[in-house]
Amino acid sequence: MSTVEIKNLRKSFGKLEVLKGIDFTVEAGQVVCVIGPSGSGKSTLLRCVNLLERPTSGRVVLDGTEITDPDVDIDAVRRRLGMVFQQFNLFPHLTVLRNVTIAQERVLRRGRAEAERIARENLERVGLGEKADAFPAQLSGGQQQRVAIARALAMNPSLMLFDEPTSALDPELVGDVLGVMRELAGDGMTMMVVTHEMNFAREVADRVVFMDQGVIVEDGPPDQVIAAPRHARTREFLSRVLHPEG
Amino acid sequence: MTAPGTALAPHRGLSPRERRRIGRGAQYALLVAVVVALACFADWGAIRQSFLNAQVVSDGLPRLFAVALKNTVIFTASGYVVGFALGMLLALMRQSSVAPYRWIAATYIEIFRGVPALVIFLMIGSLPLAFPGFQIPGGVYGQAALGLGLVSAAYMAETFRAGLQAVPKGQMEAARSLGMSHGRAMLSIVVPQAVRVVIPPLTNELVLLFKDSSLVLFLGVTAAQVELAKFGNDQASTFANPTPILASGLTYLLITIPLGYVARRLESRQGGGQ
Ligand SMILES: Nc1ncnc2c1ncn2[C@@H]1O[C@H](COP(=O)(O)OP(=O)(O)O)[C@@H](O)[C@H]1O
Ligand SMILES: [Mg+2]
Repeated sequence: MSTVEIKNLRKSFGKLEVLKGIDFTVEAGQVVCVIGPSGSGKSTLLRCVNLLERPTSGRVVLDGTEITDPDVDIDAVRRRLGMVFQQFNLFPHLTVLRNVTIAQERVLRRGRAEAERIARENLERVGLGEKADAFPAQLSGGQQQRVAIARALAMNPSLMLFDEPTSALDPELVGDVLGVMRELAGDGMTMMVVTHEMNFAREVADRVVFMDQGVIVEDGPPDQVIAAPRHARTREFLSRVLHPEG
Repeated sequence: MTAPGTALAPHRGLSPRERRRIGRGAQYALLVAVVVALACFADWGAIRQSFLNAQVVSDGLPRLFAVALKNTVIFTASGYVVGFALGMLLALMRQSSVAPYRWIAATYIEIFRGVPALVIFLMIGSLPLAFPGFQIPGGVYGQAALGLGLVSAAYMAETFRAGLQAVPKGQMEAARSLGMSHGRAMLSIVVPQAVRVVIPPLTNELVLLFKDSSLVLFLGVTAAQVELAKFGNDQASTFANPTPILASGLTYLLITIPLGYVARRLESRQGGGQ
């Protein structure tokens, strides 16, 4: 389990400032859900935590190590973080089993047999033990996303990052993925989850962070941020997400 | 704009269907006329004597396959290997974060795609003029591999680049987020997917190179180093009969038609693939 501290984080793409000074902390074992309108910088924030994007300024501290230090070994940092993408990003040329073993073997230097044993355990954990020999294209979106979660878990991460993991799924497939994430949270995994699933956030999150236009507008327990938001922007966003028709 | 009513009304003159039928009939008539004219005016005896001289062909046939075809395959294969390696290097240079590498690769590709392959071969042939005492290792075989490699590398580099770009960015990101280094992610995740994309165009490149290997003729080769085109030409002058040229042309087709077929198969499989 890990703690993450983010201090005055800024990120610009050319002239466009996307993150305008973000401060917040995830305690070990906490689940933090990040919500906010499209384009508010949620993905960029998550990607700064595993350094897929280089912050323009500010600091990200993981378990006491400042990972934004240019001398830090990025690959070593990423080994402790699992990332789940909106588009799954499974490796289409490899079987499900190979998707889950390849980084174990190439990065953690585990032997083939051990890697396969761990892969099968994690595929069982996400309910896909029998799909080990399938190729990603033969799976539904929900199954692919669960394989992606198993692939990340097989690396024994101490922090999991989820970027809208259910946004690309048909509605009937969302539940299985959220179920896996719920169990993971129950097992004590530290998680940062960008999501529009308000029920999930309300039930699972220890804290909910509302972002808009590159700043954190509201940060607190779900009863407060979702049920009784203080800021007009949060209220407006929630009413759009919770009652899309009206 | 015609009103729908007028377009659908029956035509007073010829109907569109009748007009199409007459058009097709005229094309058939023209074809028949040309064939009949050729059959009447061509001197079939002379053509058979010149291009279908069985005696000349059967005399040359063993060497056509054992020497000329063999050399053509050697020139093509060695040129392809050089072109493949250099092309891959150029493609990676074009993606380099070091700007001068990108410029060098881009300039190379522009030059070698813009200059006729024949000119490249003439340059290689004249290197000893420019640098007395300088020799390319392997003699004609080395020169051929270099010439064909230099030319095909420029095309293969563009193919490789397209292949690498066809792999979605998310693949590299997923690999990196699992802790793989950039090089490891390229090797295990990106390149294997890019290779699938580039196999059909690389097969086509092999066909082109097989034909371009005839340019080796400008390097000055001995009887043992001769390839198909020069072999055909030499035999033709020996026997004072052009049949061997036809035979060498047919031998090219023996290789290029199946290869082209394979390339098209691979391409269509990919189009309908997962
Ligand atoms: N690589 C990039 N280059 C340029 N602009 C980007 C890039 N990534 C994101 N952006 C811009 O940053 C803003 C925030 O994007 P993002 O973090 O994806 O928001 P969210 O995930 O909240 O929808 C958007 O305006 C987006 O266009
Ligand atoms: Mg996003």
